[in-house]
Amino acid sequence: MARAVTTQRKIVFTALAWIIGLAIFFPILWTILTSFKTEATAIADPPVFFNFDWTLENYRVVQERSDYMRYLWNSVALAVGSTLLGIIIAVPAAWSMAFVPAKRTKDILMWMLSTKMLPAVGVLYPIRLILINMGLLDSKTALIFILMMINLPIIIWMLYTYFREIPGEILEAARMDGATLKDEILYVLTPMAIPGIASTVLLNIILAWNEAFWTLTLTTVNAAPLTAFIASYSSPEGLFYAKLSAASTMAIAPILILGWFSQKQLVRGLTFGAVK
Amino acid sequence: MTRSLRALMGATALTAAGFAVAAQAETITIATVNNGDMIRMQGLTSHFTDMHPDIDVQWVTLEENVLRQNVTTDIATGGGQYDVITIGTYEAPIWGANDWLVSLDDLGDDYNIDDLLPAVRGGLTVDGHLYASPFYGESSMVMYRTDLMEAAGLEMPEAPTWDFIREAAAAMTDRDNEIYGICLRGKAGWGENMAFLTAMSNSFGARWFDMDWTPQFDQEAWANTLDFYLDLMTNYGPPGASNNGFNENLALFQTGHCGMWIDATVAASFVTNANDSEVADQVGFALAPDNGLGRRGNWLWAWNLAIPASSDAQEAAKTFIAWATSAAYTELVASEEGWANVPPGTRTSLYENQEYLDAAPFAEMTLRSMEAADPTNPSVDPVPYTGVQFVAIPEFAGLATEVGQLFSAALAGQMSAEDALSQAQELATEEMEAAGY
Repeated sequence: MARAVTTQRKIVFTALAWIIGLAIFFPILWTILTSFKTEATAIADPPVFFNFDWTLENYRVVQERSDYMRYLWNSVALAVGSTLLGIIIAVPAAWSMAFVPAKRTKDILMWMLSTKMLPAVGVLYPIRLILINMGLLDSKTALIFILMMINLPIIIWMLYTYFREIPGEILEAARMDGATLKDEILYVLTPMAIPGIASTVLLNIILAWNEAFWTLTLTTVNAAPLTAFIASYSSPEGLFYAKLSAASTMAIAPILILGWFSQKQLVRGLTFGAVK
Repeated sequence: MTRSLRALMGATALTAAGFAVAAQAETITIATVNNGDMIRMQGLTSHFTDMHPDIDVQWVTLEENVLRQNVTTDIATGGGQYDVITIGTYEAPIWGANDWLVSLDDLGDDYNIDDLLPAVRGGLTVDGHLYASPFYGESSMVMYRTDLMEAAGLEMPEAPTWDFIREAAAAMTDRDNEIYGICLRGKAGWGENMAFLTAMSNSFGARWFDMDWTPQFDQEAWANTLDFYLDLMTNYGPPGASNNGFNENLALFQTGHCGMWIDATVAASFVTNANDSEVADQVGFALAPDNGLGRRGNWLWAWNLAIPASSDAQEAAKTFIAWATSAAYTELVASEEGWANVPPGTRTSLYENQEYLDAAPFAEMTLRSMEAADPTNPSVDPVPYTGVQFVAIPEFAGLATEVGQLFSAALAGQMSAEDALSQAQELATEEMEAAGY
């Protein structure tokens, strides 16, 4: 009897999980489906789900009109570059906060997080003026730095949480064995925190990939990533939903595939601590 | 041996010359919006660069609001990211007066400035200087379903009144079959519902400000405008109309859900395109409605090319604008893609061209609509501003968006027309006082 209830419960929860999962995924699915429709079918009423003449025309038009590979390369450079730079700065920062906390460490952590609460547009003009003076408008270097700064509080917070779960005694033992600070961080702490660092890297790549305020306002041609690619297909006068969907699908495909292959690592990193 | 040497030297000289030209080529960056005519221009760029090998062209296409934000920021901070920008009739006079734009008085003899439609040219001129060159222009008009009108036993006059529009909307509405007599903009925004309502209010004798810049939302003319609009939309409009802008209404009209739609003349080419529209063969056109007060509820808008003062390639940018907004460009588009696809609403000569009139059945109505709009004298009573569906002051975009949110909330049934107007009056008064008017 108890076994039957358990099975029933399992079925209900599994069904519920699938429904929620599908509801979350539906906008992406709809975008992908629309990208294979004609513009007329894209706005058909009632909406057509699968029974339509599939076409690759929108992808052909988008490929012809835009240099997709240039946008893709810029997105990869910005997302990976800003995340790696962030990790290089965040690992020692999180180490010091987790293992050598000072009186105000908690306050510093909160202060760092509070910078995320400032509306980005509030610092748009100062940052723009600085970049103009430095000749760095529309440059990947500037954007890598800015995206790193935006995501740094999250990277530090995540790493701090993982590091806190690593027993300090292990590091002490390493020190007893003569490990220097560099050895301690590089050869003892980092290998133990690999799942946490990996999930932090993945999450921040996704955040940097999707960032659409700075990447749209500080770029024109040379550093414009896929967010600018999508924005170029949105039209106030004219129904180009199918082409916009094709552009969106092409923009999200790489990160979707990355997320798909790394989902185990991502979930594990987000739900477990470093040594559990 | 000597011949080979000569050939080698010749080839080297040619290559060097080629490199020299390439090295001298000046690059201009053009920021534009994703509208059909702009994308067509992008596709024809090679014709320009073939004529001007010393100029390279880079395109930046962005969504309208993103473009506006980027271009404004770039100009205000002197970033110099763009050499040619696409701006509307609202920005051109304000930015021109601020010296943010380069004057375009010297675009060459071939440009033929006197061929520009007077209303459009007037809206882009400050103190006698042209600050932007119109690429395509539009007004608004009534687009209606001829079959539904016939079934209702009515005949659309060429110049209908608002009362007739209400009568026709009532007769065409068939909610059981999801056919709504009238589709109008309801989405909040200065370029969304407020573009329509401001133009409509002109025909009711309303205005944003009197000659002392005192807001006029507490006047009867605005109450009449909003009451009529809400009554029309509540009884004969589609559900959820407070979320509908141009594209939403276009989709409704093309799929046969609207009896009438009053919106941009540029929509005429979409709704009559058999590839996209289910009702392509059943569309008629009429002038925007009036109330017998001498003003029609149509607007005037143009997308224009301008040069920011911060550009360091101003001469090359002028060369491009002179090409893209010339009558010769129109002929190029016609030869490549047909007369129906040429950018409309900027030059008188286009409307004297029989080939164009034959290819675009809506051409005459577009021209009449554009001629009927007077940006310098938009309403019945005199006003201190220019602009038909906008007020050409920097404060307008923010203020009208807030007022648009109130009117959109009234359409959604979240507040009464009276409350929306009194709050609009309060908002406008505060804003204008703060701005020092």
